[in-house]
Amino acid sequence: MSAPNKSYDPVEVTALSAGEIARAVNDALAAVAAAATLDELKAARLAHAGDRAPLTAARAEIRALPPQARADAGKRVGQAQGRVREAIAARTAELERERDERVLIEEAVDVTLPGARVPVGARHPVSLTAEKLSDVFVALGYEVAEGPEVEAEWFNFDALNFPPDHPAREMQDTLFVAPPGGAGEGGRSGLVLRTHTSPVQVRSMLTRPLPLYVVSPGRVYRNEASDATHLAAFYQIECLAVDEGLTMADLRGAIQAFVDALFGAGLRTRLRPDYFPFTEPSADVSMECHVCRGASTEAGADPCRTCRSMGWIEIAGCGMVNPRVLVACGIDPDRYSGFAFGLGIERALMLGHGIGDIKDTTDGDVRFSRAFGMEL
Amino acid sequence: MKVPLSWLRAYAPVPEQATPADIARRLTAAGLEVETHEPVGGIDGLVVAQVVTVEELTSFKKPIRYCRVATSADDLAADPQALRGVICGARNFAPGDRVVLALPGTVLPGGFEIAARRTYDHMSEGMLCAADELAVGEDHSGIIVLPPGAPLGADFGAYAGLRDHVFDIAITPDRGYAVSIRGIARELASAYQVPFTDPVPAGAPEAGTAGGYPASIADPAACDRIAFREVSGFDPAAPTPVWMWLRLARCGVRSVSLAVDVTNYLMLELGQPLHAFDRGKLAGPIVVRRAAAGERLETLDHVTRALDPRDILITDGSGPISLAGTMGGLATEIDERTADIVIEGAHFSATGVAAMARRHKLHSEASYRFERGTDPELPGPATGRAAQLLAELGGGTVAAGLTYARADAAPVTITMAADYPDRVAGVPYGLDTVARRLAEVGCTVAEAHAPAEPTIAPWRAPPARPGATAQATAPVAPHHGKHDREVPVLRVTPPSWRPDLTDPADLAEEVIRLEGYEAIPAAMPRALAGRGLSPRQRLARSVARTLAEAGLVELHTDPFAPGKDADSLSLPPHDERRPAVRIANPLSEDEPFLRTTLLPGLLRALARNTGRGFTDVALYEAGLVFRPRPGAPATAPILATDRGPDTGELSRLEAALPDQPAHIGAVWAGQRELPGWWGPGRAADWADAIEAARAVAATAHLTLEVRAAAEAPWHPGRCAALYVRAVTAPKHAAPGSEQHEWLVGHAGELHPRVVAAFGVPARTCAFELDFTTLAVAAEASPKAAAPPLSAYPLATQDVALVVAAAVPAAAVEEALAAGAGGLLEDVRLFDVYTGAQLAAGEKSLAYTLRFRAPDRTLTVAETTAARDAAVAEASHRVGAVQRA
Repeated sequence: MSAPNKSYDPVEVTALSAGEIARAVNDALAAVAAAATLDELKAARLAHAGDRAPLTAARAEIRALPPQARADAGKRVGQAQGRVREAIAARTAELERERDERVLIEEAVDVTLPGARVPVGARHPVSLTAEKLSDVFVALGYEVAEGPEVEAEWFNFDALNFPPDHPAREMQDTLFVAPPGGAGEGGRSGLVLRTHTSPVQVRSMLTRPLPLYVVSPGRVYRNEASDATHLAAFYQIECLAVDEGLTMADLRGAIQAFVDALFGAGLRTRLRPDYFPFTEPSADVSMECHVCRGASTEAGADPCRTCRSMGWIEIAGCGMVNPRVLVACGIDPDRYSGFAFGLGIERALMLGHGIGDIKDTTDGDVRFSRAFGMEL
Repeated sequence: MKVPLSWLRAYAPVPEQATPADIARRLTAAGLEVETHEPVGGIDGLVVAQVVTVEELTSFKKPIRYCRVATSADDLAADPQALRGVICGARNFAPGDRVVLALPGTVLPGGFEIAARRTYDHMSEGMLCAADELAVGEDHSGIIVLPPGAPLGADFGAYAGLRDHVFDIAITPDRGYAVSIRGIARELASAYQVPFTDPVPAGAPEAGTAGGYPASIADPAACDRIAFREVSGFDPAAPTPVWMWLRLARCGVRSVSLAVDVTNYLMLELGQPLHAFDRGKLAGPIVVRRAAAGERLETLDHVTRALDPRDILITDGSGPISLAGTMGGLATEIDERTADIVIEGAHFSATGVAAMARRHKLHSEASYRFERGTDPELPGPATGRAAQLLAELGGGTVAAGLTYARADAAPVTITMAADYPDRVAGVPYGLDTVARRLAEVGCTVAEAHAPAEPTIAPWRAPPARPGATAQATAPVAPHHGKHDREVPVLRVTPPSWRPDLTDPADLAEEVIRLEGYEAIPAAMPRALAGRGLSPRQRLARSVARTLAEAGLVELHTDPFAPGKDADSLSLPPHDERRPAVRIANPLSEDEPFLRTTLLPGLLRALARNTGRGFTDVALYEAGLVFRPRPGAPATAPILATDRGPDTGELSRLEAALPDQPAHIGAVWAGQRELPGWWGPGRAADWADAIEAARAVAATAHLTLEVRAAAEAPWHPGRCAALYVRAVTAPKHAAPGSEQHEWLVGHAGELHPRVVAAFGVPARTCAFELDFTTLAVAAEASPKAAAPPLSAYPLATQDVALVVAAAVPAAAVEEALAAGAGGLLEDVRLFDVYTGAQLAAGEKSLAYTLRFRAPDRTLTVAETTAARDAAVAEASHRVGAVQRA
């Protein structure tokens, strides 16, 4: 770089001539445009915008010009350098974009590869059904009550108006708990595996304030061989209402609300007389088939597997709480009345999900629960 | 019970146009559930024929008869060789017998068409029918031989009443009266509002022994009515008339002999079981009594039974001759030579017969009816009809005299507010309807007025004593607005055949069911102030979901356990999981116990899954376990039911129950993270089990304290005991006491012996948590509090500490946290090193300490000071040395 030389004539500084600058710019632009890769562009940048580039050298010569000429020359060189920088920037962006696109394409993966690194878990569909049915009652304002599975006979039978030695007591084949200390001769413990969730009704009536609206889901036990539709250990859910002035019309209303909540409005329900010791009157509950809605009963119609073309499905047992049960639970039947209805949870599940063999629910095969996932 | 419509119509003249489907619907709507109904006996082409000649054909493999049969009086006079010939394989008939001939063209049940054809070298123009071929029984031992009076040439179907409709009705155990034609016909008449004809004439005979067989009742609680009638000169070979065996067959009862058939016929028609004794085999007066110690009786089924002192017996001078209402004795049974018969009909105690039938495992048609309650007024009329039928059909003579012993029972009259059924149903029936419906079921109804509403529980006892539950002692509510006028009431006396009608509620049900449940409207549910799920119930759901989302599959395993589980788990002799609740009558003798831990069931399910090729699985179950309570009473009392129990009674009941805590168990085997294109998998290990337990506790906002333990069934070096702290003790401590600590479970790897015992994969891991305790601890703990969210910068300090290998990481971390002071936000262990750079028996733990202040940017000096304080505390507590 030259020292300032005030005696120089501008025309002698050839590097600053318009022609030289234009040529340097053209060379630079050509080199930038010709750069096919970022490396080539880097070389071009060093050559045409680096410390030794013609324009850089030209800029250094400006100081040698007489002051009156400097501004003009500076402007000319500055504009030239600006054009080159812009060209480099534009070309850099262009080449980088090309490079990025190429790299991203090279980084492409097979998104259809399986990704299940942790084996999936699942809830049990019977649990999910119990929760779903409970939620329907909870939405109606009921509270969930629970009780023990090994239960005193008094709770399971006597308080529910099953007299000793009455055939009703044998309607439910019972698993009896052996008395402690080995097999006593004819010894009895007074304990059973509860045969229904109804003892929870008794417990609720004895412990909760009136009026009382509870629902009790839970596991119950029967001494019977398992087959495709029966289990020795299965689940029931049962609701109980005790209040002043409750009638069978209230019972029908509650049943209808329950069915509406589960299957949507529009399915009729039907009561037919039945017998349970703890309710009087007692009834079994049927609802119109939610699958065929009765259509399968028409002549020539396709058969319905869900209702076996009966048009109705038996879903529950129900009735008005027998005043004898209220009395055994310390409730004045002249003031309070109640209703109850209960159903089998597995049956409700089987109705909705095409389970052919109820034993699958206790087999423990992971495929069974996994098929239902986290929600029914 | 199977019943033919024709028999019902005899007493309930249902309109001819009523279809069987409509009859079924109405019976079901009235509470007699018709399970199936089907037409029977629609067979054309059967005629009453007489066998004229029998030619034995002996040239075939089996004996065959070629018979000439007559179907008219003219035929009888004609040349037998000109008569119709029929081939027959049966041998139970002779020339002169009247039989059932199926003419060619007849289509028998099952679609078998009779044709004239040549067989056994003879032309056979029809078939002589056996009972099973006409679907009126299973008998194929021979053809039907009709009584001599059967009209020759008559259409057999019309003559016998073959065309019929059979209903199979499920009778609920409260309706003993309906296990009879009489009871069902009464319901049918009511359903169609047609007049009912009672097959039992009104009026009972006077009690006493007037020339009949001497008999008495020793125990009126066992039997309050017994009647005997005698028939003498009876022809034991007399045939049962067609109409009778056909009706029996339609009800599914097989014809045996006239005497037996008559007793069965009347049992079906009236619901009164009857027993026939051979008069010649009785010795001395009959007494109905309980068994004496050591007595035995050989019953009709050739079993000699040791009798129980509670058994109800019919006895004579020789001792027991019949198990009352259950099964007769062999020694006094009528046989094929019995000509003098004593018919017994009685009303036995329903519960007495039920207990006896169960004791001897002897469930008969008779005990079935007695258990459900028979009509105490029937023994007289039923034995009377039996004697009359035996005399008419068997050629005997009804002996003069009747033995009728009875214990007086006070008639029961129920007083009921006239509108009580209306109030149960929510339907205004009105007094007339109520009274009419009660009269239809046989009640005597009297209208009256009472000064106050009668109670619906007149049998209620006063509360036991002070301390009874609050509701029991609540005063009877006054019935407002009913003081100033009298209340219309009905005084209802149920008929003798309805022992089930004891309460106003029973009467209400009769009215409501006969008026039809379809008449009851559906009322809008009341709006209730429910509080939703309890915190514990919500927690149970959250925990279940947490585990499922962590990759575990929820199971429900059977809670029945084999006795060997405790050994398979290598439990020590006094482990609390060893004593188990035993089932007296288990489903399987191999599994007589209830589980005391969830692990065996889960391990069996794990073995099933791995056996089916599912080797990378994690399973969990939430359910009760059953632990006998030491010192619990041996027997739970049976409390009164005519009043509410008091608190003392209830607590005695509860004390007899085993502990039944809710547990959560989980097992892991195989790969926790699967191998795949991403790289190798990772086997499930002890840390997964502990981490899942932590996740469960975290769901309840509880922090688990993990300590090394060496308990069965765990690997002694890979077992964690899990503790929680909460403010209140779950069971014992008073509320508000200091922080308390409970063991809530264990987690880790299972002992190799346990793995082998259950046949599950090596290194199977598990946890078992006491959810009941966790839930109580969670409820006792403060609610989750929102943390301050400081936006000032984070400052981190890493330290590596050398400690003895036996020092638990948790202790080091606890010391660091305690020493670091309030600026510490978090401690995170990022490396554990043992090896060449350390002395034997040492390990290095490397931690990142994260510091942050709520109100300023921390200086390096501050965080360094906090780090040094943390290290100093670790050095002090566990001898940690900071690594250079």
